[in-house]
Amino acid sequence: MNALDQSILTLILLVPLAGAILVALLPDRAKVPNWLALAVTLASFALTLHLPAHFVTGRQGFQFEIDRTWIADPLISYHLGVDRLSLWLVVLTGLLGPVGVLASWNAITARRKIFYSLFLVQQTAMYGVFVSLDLMVYYGFWELSLVPMAILIAMYGRKNGPKAALKFFLFTFIPSAPLLVAILWLYAKAHTFDLVNLQNYLAADPLPARALFWVALAFLVAFAVKVPVFPLHGWLGDAFSEAPVAMAMVIAGKLGLYSLLRFHVELFPAQARHIAPLMMALAVIGVLYGACLALVQRDFWKLLAFGAVSHFSLVVLAIYGLTLMGWNGAVYQILSLGIVEGAVFVLLGALDMRYATSQIAAYGGLAARLPRTASYFVIASLTMVGLPLLSGFIGEFVILSSTFAQVSRGWAVAAAVGVILSAAYMLSLVQRLFYGPESTMAATRPAPDLRFAELAALTPLVVLMLVMGVAPTYWFRTMERGSQATQASEVNGATQTPVPVHVSVRTEGQP
Amino acid sequence: MTPVPDIDRILPEVILTLTGVLLMLIDASLKPARKRRWLGGVAAIGTTLALWASLWQLSLPEGTGFFGTVETSTFTVFFHVLICGIVLAALLVSLDTLPANSHHQGEYYALIVFGAVGMCLLTAAVELLVVFIALEISSISTYILAGYRKQTGRGPEAAIKYFLLGSFATAFLLYGIALIFGATGTTQIYEIANLAPTSENHALIVAALAMMLVGILFKVSAAPFHVWTPDVYEGAPSPVVALLSTGPKAAAFALLLRVVYEMLPTLHSYWAPLLWVVAVLSMTVGNLAALRQQNVKRMLAYSSIAHAGYLLAAFAGIGNVGIAAASFYAAAYAAMNVGAFAVITLVSGYDEKLPLIDDYRGLIYRAPLLGILLVFFLISLIGVPFTGGFFGKFYSFSAAMSSLSSGGVTLVIIGLLNSGIAAAYYLRLAVVAASPAAEGPAPAKPEVGIAVGAALLLLVGTTLWLGIRPGAALHAAQSGARTLQAPVSGGESAPISPILQATPQTAP
Repeated sequence: MNALDQSILTLILLVPLAGAILVALLPDRAKVPNWLALAVTLASFALTLHLPAHFVTGRQGFQFEIDRTWIADPLISYHLGVDRLSLWLVVLTGLLGPVGVLASWNAITARRKIFYSLFLVQQTAMYGVFVSLDLMVYYGFWELSLVPMAILIAMYGRKNGPKAALKFFLFTFIPSAPLLVAILWLYAKAHTFDLVNLQNYLAADPLPARALFWVALAFLVAFAVKVPVFPLHGWLGDAFSEAPVAMAMVIAGKLGLYSLLRFHVELFPAQARHIAPLMMALAVIGVLYGACLALVQRDFWKLLAFGAVSHFSLVVLAIYGLTLMGWNGAVYQILSLGIVEGAVFVLLGALDMRYATSQIAAYGGLAARLPRTASYFVIASLTMVGLPLLSGFIGEFVILSSTFAQVSRGWAVAAAVGVILSAAYMLSLVQRLFYGPESTMAATRPAPDLRFAELAALTPLVVLMLVMGVAPTYWFRTMERGSQATQASEVNGATQTPVPVHVSVRTEGQP
Repeated sequence: MTPVPDIDRILPEVILTLTGVLLMLIDASLKPARKRRWLGGVAAIGTTLALWASLWQLSLPEGTGFFGTVETSTFTVFFHVLICGIVLAALLVSLDTLPANSHHQGEYYALIVFGAVGMCLLTAAVELLVVFIALEISSISTYILAGYRKQTGRGPEAAIKYFLLGSFATAFLLYGIALIFGATGTTQIYEIANLAPTSENHALIVAALAMMLVGILFKVSAAPFHVWTPDVYEGAPSPVVALLSTGPKAAAFALLLRVVYEMLPTLHSYWAPLLWVVAVLSMTVGNLAALRQQNVKRMLAYSSIAHAGYLLAAFAGIGNVGIAAASFYAAAYAAMNVGAFAVITLVSGYDEKLPLIDDYRGLIYRAPLLGILLVFFLISLIGVPFTGGFFGKFYSFSAAMSSLSSGGVTLVIIGLLNSGIAAAYYLRLAVVAASPAAEGPAPAKPEVGIAVGAALLLLVGTTLWLGIRPGAALHAAQSGARTLQAPVSGGESAPISPILQATPQTAP
């Protein structure tokens, strides 16, 4: 433990925030905000890399912890830390920072100051969600993450920005009201907001089951909306269509999925087990429903939104399978989806910026004119549909095989159908956009291929898709014991014996 | 320890009164053609001095003066500082936005300062007749201020409506005071607190409590006593509304805390359910009505009713927790609401050429600074973390939750669902401000002067400070709560240990 380990998480939180203030203060001249935002996001990405470099694999509990009293009464502590679950999510957020800036490099031309400072605030909020171990601090960052997102959707929306922003904010803000009630109720009972203390407190099972059911449900619903889990996905389509690329790539998925895992399944294991069959059913419905709707979309943002519902639902299935292997697959798939969705967003954003339409029918035969765009898009699509040797395959494979072997064959088969459907809609999208006869729009409107900034954003993502597809063990090594340790501590109270608890867990899930 | 001179106990009020009188005299002796803007500066300096005097009162031993009629304690200092801060911000906003040629400028500033005298005295008074006088001082000033734009139709309408309904409500308060005097034979709050539990005239005291609650709840514009609010806010000049929606409310909430927690804590089983109902009504009525407003000031008027409801939720908390939460909320609400009205004043101007929500379209492009500030204050009003509004709601609702009664939990759930509704209309304004400007000639870009800039800086700073480091303010509110709970003996300037532990409330 060196000195940096103590303060690294605080630094990660503060660097983007300080950058936001700096961007807001400096003049909006030339590309000053762009360069500054790029420098800040690169710096914070470099800081996040400190975490995996100094992470001690196999140690119990949280690392890089800092725990200071923030407010004495009620006791809210500035308690941060990462474990194997959140480690890579922090790094992913760091990576998507510079990617987002580069993706907006040419897309955002007006009022860059507001855009980049809010973008940096958003970065801080997302880091905060992943590293907070105090429920109130967590809640703070959770809510904070809504604000820059809503403002940026309203200001930079393509057509109906304000409407989409309102919908997004209300959809995600209203369920967080019951979440706050639940947190306050737990505090009134347990007198702590600290995640670890609360976990130990709840493990002793001191509260009536009926009340806990509602508390756990409040947590669950707030997160499920953010994922989004079927049938709470109503906001996603509009948000995807309107949000600027840099924001859209972080709007869905990882925040909600991580929160489900950390603050629902780990905090309320009994309640999670209880509700797991329902969640798995909803997840499978989501996988199939999202994929079927994606098949018939005419607008590529909408297609991507329903595809995302389908993909994220698969992760939900893995989380509520309640098996170690499934959880590893879930975390891996969140990472992979973060990267792939990021790349697809950058590419579709590039098309939308060049041709000013998201109607798939208007495109066609672009591969000849935009060869680089086409090849990057093909790689990203193949990753998304789960081609072996690319990162998407590993996640999906682990999730499906663990579900098949340890949870339920029926659900696994149904979800696999959804995965096949995803190949159908993604590949048909590739075909309709880039191949086939050249459309009149593509023929009459000459557009430049990917620019340097876009290439700089995409290349690391594509490289990662390959590396994560070929050498997944590097990631699994750090994650695996993570899930095991947390589950062991959750089932056996605070004891540290790593026992193969998934044997007992998996029978619960079997129908 | 030498006894504290009585005058020290009301030093801030004395300073404010002298400032007001000075303003009237200067105004009268100036030639009509002379500029009077600097009178506002004098008023601001006087208010700042009063603020320092309030802080200086912390060094006094806690106790009462003037034959047990006024008190200085951490509680009174907390509210004095809050009210002086509000008045200062309202003065600074007025300095830059009142037109140079407006009539009776001297009186305008003097009335604001006299209003401040009343509000400060209201929080310090521990004798019901002084309470009544203080309430009248503050009310009469604000009645006149509400109708300051007398050339418009709405100005006098607002003033008359406010005056008639206000006097009606004050009459209820006075009636309550009379009844309680009849029941206990005294109007001193501590003596009433001692006598009330053993009084034979229990029914009379309960009736008195009900009457007094009507009077006070009118002042804080809680439903169902809220009908005057939207019309008055719409008609009064925006800087006055900034003051009106926070200053007298803070003072009235201080009085309410004093009445229920200090004077009649033994009637907890009577006032707690009443306030519960009023809190739920205020939140729900305020928010639902605000949803449908097109006029920004009317919308904020209804939202202020809802905020009164959130604040009243704190009264479901037991003892110290509830008092501290209510005090903190009053401060947080004041900072963000005055801020919102300051921006509105700047945008729509003294003449209010831009009263509707749609008029704010494109504000963030037209005037980026004001647009961002408006969005910031709205976000705080929604109650997003890291702003004062969040911790206000947080403390208020956790106070309600701390009782762990089913009523408390229900109240919190209703309250938080209401904040969801509230988010819709605040966001509507924020989103309109962030939307691209409409076609047609853009309205003139508002100018931000030095004085109003200072006010905005103060308000933004306070809102952020309360949202990021709420500890200090909460600590102050808690010490205030303890002094309110610890009965001060009737003797003059009895030294009271500041670390008195409060005795827990005993509900019958």
